[in-house]
Amino acid sequence: MPESTIAVAMSGGVDSSVVAGMLRARGENVVGLTMQLWNQRRLPELVPEGGSSGRCCSLDDVYDARHVAQLLGIPYYVVNFEDRFEAQVVKPFIDEYLAGRTPVPCTLCNNFIKFDQFLDMAAGVGADRIATGHYAVISRNEDTGRWEMRRSADRGKDQTYFLFGLKQDQLARTMFPLGAMEKSAVRELARELGIPTAAKPDSQEICFVPNGDYAAFIDAYFKEQRIAPSVTQGELVTTDGQVVGEHSGVHHFTVGQRRGLGVAAGEPLYVISTEPASKRVIIGRNDALLRSTMTVNDVNWISIAAPITPTRTEIKIRNKHHAASATITPTADPSRVQVHFDEPQRAVTPGQGAVFYSGELVLGGGWIG
Amino acid sequence: MLPVMTEVFGNPSSIHHYGQAARAKLDHARRQVASMLHCSDNEIVFTSGGTESDNLAILGIATGGHVVTTAIEHPAVLASADQLSVTRVPVDRSGIVDPEAIRRAIQPDTKLISVMHVNNELGTIQPVEEIGRIAQEAGVAFHSDGVQAAGKVPIDVRAIHADIYAISGHKIYAPKGTGALFIRKGLQLRAQVHGGSHENRYRAGTQNVAGAVALGAAAQWINQRAAAEWPILSSLRDRLEHGILARFADAHVNAAGSLRAPNVTNIRFDGIDSEALLIALDLRGFAVSAGSACSSGAQEPSPVLIAIGLTREQAKSSIRFSLGRSNDAAQVDALIDAVAGCVAHLRKLAPAYA
Repeated sequence: MPESTIAVAMSGGVDSSVVAGMLRARGENVVGLTMQLWNQRRLPELVPEGGSSGRCCSLDDVYDARHVAQLLGIPYYVVNFEDRFEAQVVKPFIDEYLAGRTPVPCTLCNNFIKFDQFLDMAAGVGADRIATGHYAVISRNEDTGRWEMRRSADRGKDQTYFLFGLKQDQLARTMFPLGAMEKSAVRELARELGIPTAAKPDSQEICFVPNGDYAAFIDAYFKEQRIAPSVTQGELVTTDGQVVGEHSGVHHFTVGQRRGLGVAAGEPLYVISTEPASKRVIIGRNDALLRSTMTVNDVNWISIAAPITPTRTEIKIRNKHHAASATITPTADPSRVQVHFDEPQRAVTPGQGAVFYSGELVLGGGWIG
Repeated sequence: MLPVMTEVFGNPSSIHHYGQAARAKLDHARRQVASMLHCSDNEIVFTSGGTESDNLAILGIATGGHVVTTAIEHPAVLASADQLSVTRVPVDRSGIVDPEAIRRAIQPDTKLISVMHVNNELGTIQPVEEIGRIAQEAGVAFHSDGVQAAGKVPIDVRAIHADIYAISGHKIYAPKGTGALFIRKGLQLRAQVHGGSHENRYRAGTQNVAGAVALGAAAQWINQRAAAEWPILSSLRDRLEHGILARFADAHVNAAGSLRAPNVTNIRFDGIDSEALLIALDLRGFAVSAGSACSSGAQEPSPVLIAIGLTREQAKSSIRFSLGRSNDAAQVDALIDAVAGCVAHLRKLAPAYA
């Protein structure tokens, strides 16, 4: 092997195909690796008639990735991370819902699979760096000596919300060649490079959950694992303590949800919180969803070292959230911070990520407690 | 092969002289294959490969009855037997099945005993002669999957009392998609591919004449020259094993000490992910495998290695090295160096095993 090799995580989609093509065109030594994360033959009841699209790790995706690798003339392999993916992404995803929180599996996958096991695999096969099709910008600040992360040039594609867990040593070995590009330019480049998947649709939200129906996924997984599904059923209770009905399981509900409550009221009602211990789902009016404070756990600092004084920032509390101004205050526990928003925020949801920005710069992030 | 794809393009089932010319080529190949297996040419049926041969043998004989097989068979055998009532006889660390265990597994409704001649992952040679005798005594048909035996060990289907014996073309340097099946004269066998009366009514469909001719040529080569190659292969294999064991005292040869075919060795490097080692070696130009090529991409460890008592982790730390005609000592030495470099690198990344 030549001294420097880059392992490209190839999903079979346009973005990672373009990454492989760009690096190859630049004359880099490139090896393509596709992570097999989930066996799509499992839970067949979830697959609608005629199959579904937008699911990761299908044979079609591997076929596409291999086809691109063949066209580019790069070595290509499929690596199997199914065991680790189930243990560190799928099971925690389910556990979080059962515990009344709303998880972010893509972040878990980034933290434990793509920038951990995949980096290890890349190093093991002799690649000192990895490249992925993520939309984010990594750069080194020579003054602070830190690796910094910024939002992508294509703001609509920005994936920094899911990347707050990356450590300095991971960033040092990771390349996001698309971070400075618009998606339209990526597709254009795909066509120029002759990549056959140039027009392939973007992948969908949670790769292992077909059609986004996570509750159906959890039910099907329970059935496969022979876990009785009845354990999370309970009462629907209003904020003033009135029992107004029954629900089919806490994992069917997320904070801020309006649909599927099955309760008629004079004004719209929303899920305010879920209480897994009592199996209660608390519902109430929209203004009951507003919060000014939250605790953020397991914080990882990226572009700055952990602050020791209150720090002004803008915080995203879910991917589609518009970052809101807030002050972060350190606590006695260095991995935990207290957040105070300038304006109350709707549906601060336990289990979601909270990512701290300063303009374009990603300061760090953690999990909403 | 090439003339058969151009000048001798007839259909061997046709009456006209073009067909007859093709038929002559096909039957010449049949005699060459028969000679390799030490049987009559009218006992050879051409198929699309080892998998089809195994399927035809098992489903063609044992449908409606019980099959005795082993835990280390190829999926072509196990998946076919799984369609029927089946007993999988376990093996121990030696990777060699105990003939007495086969005898004990026979039931009143047992129609077939199916035991491979040489294991594909370990290279272990099974006691097929003894098992054939047991089958004969019990009045049960005996099938052996000889895909990994052809060209690597002597084969005499009479001596092992085989009723049916499967081989594959590409394991003996013929093209992929070619295979053959020895079917003892007089054996009751139901065809699994239905259509015309080709191949003695055992296998419908116009024959792949070019493939059969290539298979015949490969068999001919084996008949004349393979035996001279075996000591060379086994000395290269030993050189590889000694070289690796000399560098890594904690490496293990799986099924070491068992009677093995000369071309294969399966070596375990505890704490190493065989998937990473395989890719690292491939990027250096050395093509090796982990488990069987037929199940690559699967997350489950090799069932063969599990069957011989390895843990999941041990099985996932094992690499199969297959040597062939084109290999020489210099290549083996280069391979040893590459393995040493890759294993040391991987252990540095996983310091628990450094």
